[in-house]
Amino acid sequence: MTYTVYIPRDSGALAMGAEKVANAVIQEAQNRGLAVQIVRNGSRGLYWLETMLEVATPLGRVAYGPVKAKDVPSLFEADFLNAKPHALYLGLTEEIPYLKKQQRLTFARVGVTDPVSLNDYLAHDGYKGLHNALKLTQADIVKNVTDSGLRGRGGAAFPTGIKWNTVLACQADQKYIVCNADEGDSGTYSDRMIMEGDPFVLIEGMTIAGLAVGATQGYIYLRSEYPHALVTLNQAIEAAKQANYLGDNILGSGKTFHLEVRRAAGAYVCGEETSLLESLEGKRGLVRFKPPLPAIEGLFGKPTVVNNVISLATIPIILDKGAQFYADYGMGRSRGTLPIQLAGNIKHGGLVELAFGATLRELLYDYGGGSASGRPIRAVQVGGPLGAYLPESQFDTPLDYEEFSKIWAVLGHGGIVAFDDTVDMAKMARYAFEFCAIESCGKCTPCRIGSTRGVEVIDKIMAGTEPEKNIELVRDLSDTMLNGSLCALGGMTPYPVLSAMNHFAEDFVPNAYKLQQAKVAA
Amino acid sequence: MQDLHTKLDALIAKHQNMPGGLLPLLHAIQDSIGYIPETAYDDISKALNLSIAEIHGVVTFYHHFRTTPPGRHVLQICRAESCQAMGSEALEAHVKQHLHIDYHQTTLDQAFTLEPVYCLGNCALSPNVMLDEEVHGRMTAAELDALVAETVA
Ligand SMILES: Cc1cc2nc3c(=O)[nH]c(=O)nc-3n(C[C@H](O)[C@H](O)[C@H](O)COP(=O)(O)O)c2cc1C
Ligand code: SF4
Ligand code: FES
Repeated sequence: MTYTVYIPRDSGALAMGAEKVANAVIQEAQNRGLAVQIVRNGSRGLYWLETMLEVATPLGRVAYGPVKAKDVPSLFEADFLNAKPHALYLGLTEEIPYLKKQQRLTFARVGVTDPVSLNDYLAHDGYKGLHNALKLTQADIVKNVTDSGLRGRGGAAFPTGIKWNTVLACQADQKYIVCNADEGDSGTYSDRMIMEGDPFVLIEGMTIAGLAVGATQGYIYLRSEYPHALVTLNQAIEAAKQANYLGDNILGSGKTFHLEVRRAAGAYVCGEETSLLESLEGKRGLVRFKPPLPAIEGLFGKPTVVNNVISLATIPIILDKGAQFYADYGMGRSRGTLPIQLAGNIKHGGLVELAFGATLRELLYDYGGGSASGRPIRAVQVGGPLGAYLPESQFDTPLDYEEFSKIWAVLGHGGIVAFDDTVDMAKMARYAFEFCAIESCGKCTPCRIGSTRGVEVIDKIMAGTEPEKNIELVRDLSDTMLNGSLCALGGMTPYPVLSAMNHFAEDFVPNAYKLQQAKVAA
Repeated sequence: MQDLHTKLDALIAKHQNMPGGLLPLLHAIQDSIGYIPETAYDDISKALNLSIAEIHGVVTFYHHFRTTPPGRHVLQICRAESCQAMGSEALEAHVKQHLHIDYHQTTLDQAFTLEPVYCLGNCALSPNVMLDEEVHGRMTAAELDALVAETVA
């Protein structure tokens, strides 16, 4: 008999040696004369268990992890191919609580299927959404998206259906669908997991978007730091073309949609949608003034839908199961699920897709298992480098766009970065300014100059130079940036800075004083 | 030199009629020869009907493009928040000392160019580094030394 073993090709698993594990499995199977078929799947998102290896059994897939290449001989010795016990045995994959408790809608197939096999995609409900969309009018597709309550997962949380409706209403000889796959936020990796683990779902989502608004060309603007995603996307696009899911006269419908991946070039600001469009046009990524909205005058001046990877990858399930099915998840005006990414100093880092409404505390402790260092979690940054830092007293806030904005915080792209009690929050505030200075597109003064000034002023505070006066200066500077910036890079850098100052004031004292305190404590 | 222009001509021909083709062309050039030589600006300028200043503006706007040849390997250390939370600062200091270079510099033997990077999308396994096209997670100073040694061996 032939055994089937799953070993992820996800770059997170590769970063923990998955390629070596795969080679060791092939080698060991050969040595023992066993027939083993290896499927290179995406990651289940239980990253602390990577490389997680799974074997197919009549009862379901059984997992082992974290596996290193050196563990492979002992796995064979223990007869893991027949799901026998071993020190790294994890039981049935689907029964692992971290996974079992989740509500995986957008991520339903990630880690389950072979990402570049169209047959596998079809066998797991793939392209059902497109088949339904082909039977609907354009307005009805858009209505489904609107009724689902889906809001953009790239950060701004703008209702996707409303954006599509604007593009649909425009008369133009050419419209575009642009997928924002720039994923620049620290602490986030859900876009990457989709593109490496289930690229067809993104392709399907973009195709439906094209049908809905009447766009025949799509671009995926992919950050250059993701070479593996580039490979899986291109393989999947090729397979979709071959089977006529992309191109002219899709499945005989008379509809056309072409798709191409374009590589970004390492500028954080190019994740901002208008800067992204400039970049796609082959220019420097300078942010554009709005209006006009990209929906009306976007790529090459044409009506353009710009959506995040997760927003687009969520479209197929909405068109498959219906708007109401999706809208039934969530709380308040945050409908559906959010793929949350646990990162930083966390024991069980990984992807947790849940309906909106879970609290930070549940995520950090029930899922995350507390800090990786074993020390208390002192601060978390939610929503990337422009997101606020939250202290423990705010850990009971539910993940919901409105609840977060009440405490002057953002959910952004759903990244949660934990820090233990060794963190120096003045240093983190300094870094927020520094990052803004490095990545500023340079168009407005508060962002370009203010960020550099911010670094200097925080240095003064830490050096003990008129700390009180300089703390006031940071607040003034932040106000100017909040009110005088064209985009959220300059406009939201004050979020991490001010939240750090407000919640962790004790860190904004001279370094010499901190040293002295540390000595007293010791 | 002749060789460079032959290569360039082929790449330019491929991208000349692509909408917004400058970035894909610059990527293709850097993939092929490791950097964007300023001697290429002239050819690009003629083919894409852009001024030298415009091309230079684009090349220098993006962190990914380089105008000088890198070492045989590019080592990027993630400096972003999640990796900081897991000790990337100490890792940075260590690698700079170990390779005797700072960011944006190349070792004397041309083996490594060191670059900062802001998130590699593997934040569940911080701290991360990227060596050429591969990410390495949960890095320690000792593992990084081993990786460096393995790469030049
Ligand atoms: C500085 C900056 C960086 C951004 N980076 C990203 C990004 O990497 N990915 C993304 O989807 N959206 C990013 N955005 C948000 C986009 O401007 C835009 O709102 C989003 O792509 C719209 O898609 P959505 O409605 O599906 O979220 C960024 C915004 C700013 C201001
Ligand atoms: S806020 Fe900064 S990044 Fe945004 S447009 Fe102004 S200068 Fe550019
Ligand atoms: S912050 Fe380093 S990989 Fe994301």
